[in-house]
Amino acid sequence: MKKTQVAIIGAGPAGLAAAIEIARAGGEVTLLDENHKPGGQLFKQIHKFFGSGEHRAGIRGFKIGEQLLEDTEKLGVNVLLDSPVYSIFEDFVIGYTHDGREKAIQAERIILATGASENALAFPGCTLPGVMGAGAAQTMINVHRVLPGKKIIMVGSGNVGLIVSYQLLQAGADVVALIEAAPEIGGYGVHASKIRRAGVAIYTSHTIQEVIGEDSVEGAVIVGLDEEWRPIKGTEKFIEVDTVCIAVGLSPLAELAWLAGCEFAFVPSLGGHIPKHDRNMETTIKGLYVAGDLTGIEEASSAMEEGRLAGIACAESLGLYSEEKARHLKEKVWARLDALRTGPFGERRRDAKRKLMDLMEGGADIG
Amino acid sequence: MAKGIKKTGIPSWEELKASPGLPDADRLEEGPVAFIECVQEIPCNPCEDVCPFGAIEVGSPITNLPKLYGKKCTGCGLCVAACPGLVIFKVHKNYTDSTSLVEFPFEYHPLPKTGKTVRCVNREGKFVVEGKVVKVRNPKQFDATPLITVEVPKKYFLEVRSIERKRWC
Amino acid sequence: MRVKHHPILGEDRRKEDATIIVDGRKIKAIAGEPIAAALMAAGIRVFRKTPKKNQPRGVFCAIGRCTDCVMTVNGIPNVRTCVTPVEDGMVIETQNGLGKWREIR
Ligand SMILES: Cc1cc2nc3c(=O)[nH]c(=O)nc-3n(C[C@H](O)[C@H](O)[C@H](O)COP(=O)(O)OP(=O)(O)OC[C@H]3O[C@@H](n4cnc5c(N)ncnc54)[C@H](O)[C@@H]3O)c2cc1C
Ligand code: SF4
Ligand code: SF4
Ligand code: FES
Repeated sequence: MKKTQVAIIGAGPAGLAAAIEIARAGGEVTLLDENHKPGGQLFKQIHKFFGSGEHRAGIRGFKIGEQLLEDTEKLGVNVLLDSPVYSIFEDFVIGYTHDGREKAIQAERIILATGASENALAFPGCTLPGVMGAGAAQTMINVHRVLPGKKIIMVGSGNVGLIVSYQLLQAGADVVALIEAAPEIGGYGVHASKIRRAGVAIYTSHTIQEVIGEDSVEGAVIVGLDEEWRPIKGTEKFIEVDTVCIAVGLSPLAELAWLAGCEFAFVPSLGGHIPKHDRNMETTIKGLYVAGDLTGIEEASSAMEEGRLAGIACAESLGLYSEEKARHLKEKVWARLDALRTGPFGERRRDAKRKLMDLMEGGADIG
Repeated sequence: MAKGIKKTGIPSWEELKASPGLPDADRLEEGPVAFIECVQEIPCNPCEDVCPFGAIEVGSPITNLPKLYGKKCTGCGLCVAACPGLVIFKVHKNYTDSTSLVEFPFEYHPLPKTGKTVRCVNREGKFVVEGKVVKVRNPKQFDATPLITVEVPKKYFLEVRSIERKRWC
Repeated sequence: MRVKHHPILGEDRRKEDATIIVDGRKIKAIAGEPIAAALMAAGIRVFRKTPKKNQPRGVFCAIGRCTDCVMTVNGIPNVRTCVTPVEDGMVIETQNGLGKWREIR
């Protein structure tokens, strides 16, 4: 069986950043991803990032992705593409498939960075062709350069809904409305302002009642909601559209962590069931680390920082860094992470993360 | 009608006036100046980093609202292109006796041509008035955030914030 | 429809260099792009019909997770078209229900 010092599963921003840290420390890394190309969600993100210079603010996501790929190549990270991992067995044996064949690789340490998947939403007509995830639309326009439709309704006003609406406009589509069930817009106001200036109507306290169409979407009925989130009769409104995009949140892709036997905590504000982890991003299983959306839904900048943390901690545990050196490096990453988690938007995530990490204090069972 | 950034996606006048990013009335009279419409505490500071004249301060924590020092601002417009939120504008109130200039980011295809008459819109995307494109800046340094300057009747300089997109599809 | 011009990504200079046959109809495509992208560019939205109720399905996740987009490709049913690259001459069929294996010559 093939062996590697560190195996990282998922080559998104978190996995790539972790790989770079370990390779930099002199470790030997194998990075596995199910896709044909590395980068995870990063290459669909064509907007300029927030944060500060240290977070590479002002640089577009896909350019950060190109830089990460260049670094992994320079540092000689071994990347296995088209390699979906289906399980983690005893003694850190990782089972994956490639070219229709089952393969295995054994690692001394594992970092899981499998990301998240989009939540669906149920309503009459929700399965009609033309109803799709916002991330799917983002993939189509920014990676494959095909418009999924011409007249679009976006459901959900978190940052993904707002950003993808803007990117649909940039790709040449019309977003006729963005609807949000909550009484307020969930994502950053600056993203909302951008699409308002472009003429997109935002309906808060509204939901989608029904999507209509024979073989694919021909229109949608939206309806106002009262304070108790009940539809208000008489406020129904038909909007002619050919596409409905759903952006109602993401859920961590945690199957592998379950299979490996990690303990979990349920944290709704982070997206659901999250593998418990400490400040080194190590789970309840010694030598198994996690990073990125899998550890709670945030954004690409924080995913990269978490990847770095996991990478540094992993390198330290392998003796590639002294405790002193590792502490110094980790402190720097934590300062950047804390900066990203300030303000009214970040605080909730910071508090949730803290609680999660507190669970590990007092020596959660390691074995 | 409910107002405000959380409800509508558009900062209300109250929110704008309470934010530290607007130039004061005197500074507006004096010439081109940055007009920062950033009213929510988000972790972000490229505007501070890019200003060559130290006219914008975010400081620490990084979620502070950007403060504009109108006296230091030369109206170079670099912050307009650098802001990832696309919420910085440049206004030149007294361009002529009757017209003002407004410069804004415009990340759409196609770009308007200099000299052309265009339909100018407000923060809601609603048509306000016709204006003339006097400048289109799109150097490499702006990384695909072109800046468009339109000339509009003076009374609209606080209202016009973009132009209508051309539909190519 | 293809996004030829893009304010951030620039011009798309790829050529439609492949032909695929979709339910007997010839369609231009770009070799290497996902089959689903080629179909979407050609305005095709119904990829399959469900086994029991015969309801239409199309692309939902576009990253290989939901299996809504499966079709019969070169005689092999249940191929996720959003993650399967186009090859010149591919024969693609709208899948009814669970689909059938078939030799294509
Ligand atoms: C569709 C989508 C669109 C998004 N768009 C934005 C946006 O525009 N702006 C923003 O700020 N945030 C966005 N996000 C949020 C997201 O938090 C981050 O952008 C970031 O990409 C998360 O990084 P990550 O490395 O944790 O995960 P990802 O980038 O998702 O990377 C995980 C990688 O692991 C692979 N993988 C998963 N399971 C396996 C397995 N079993 N075997 C092998 N490989 C596996 C995945 O295919 C993927 O390549 C989006 C998220 C999604 C899902
Ligand atoms: S316009 Fe120029 S000088 Fe004024 S704040 Fe912006 S970057 Fe600084
Ligand atoms: S760069 Fe823009 S979004 Fe960021 S703080 Fe400055 S004004 Fe606000
Ligand atoms: S669209 Fe979900 S698997 Fe293809």
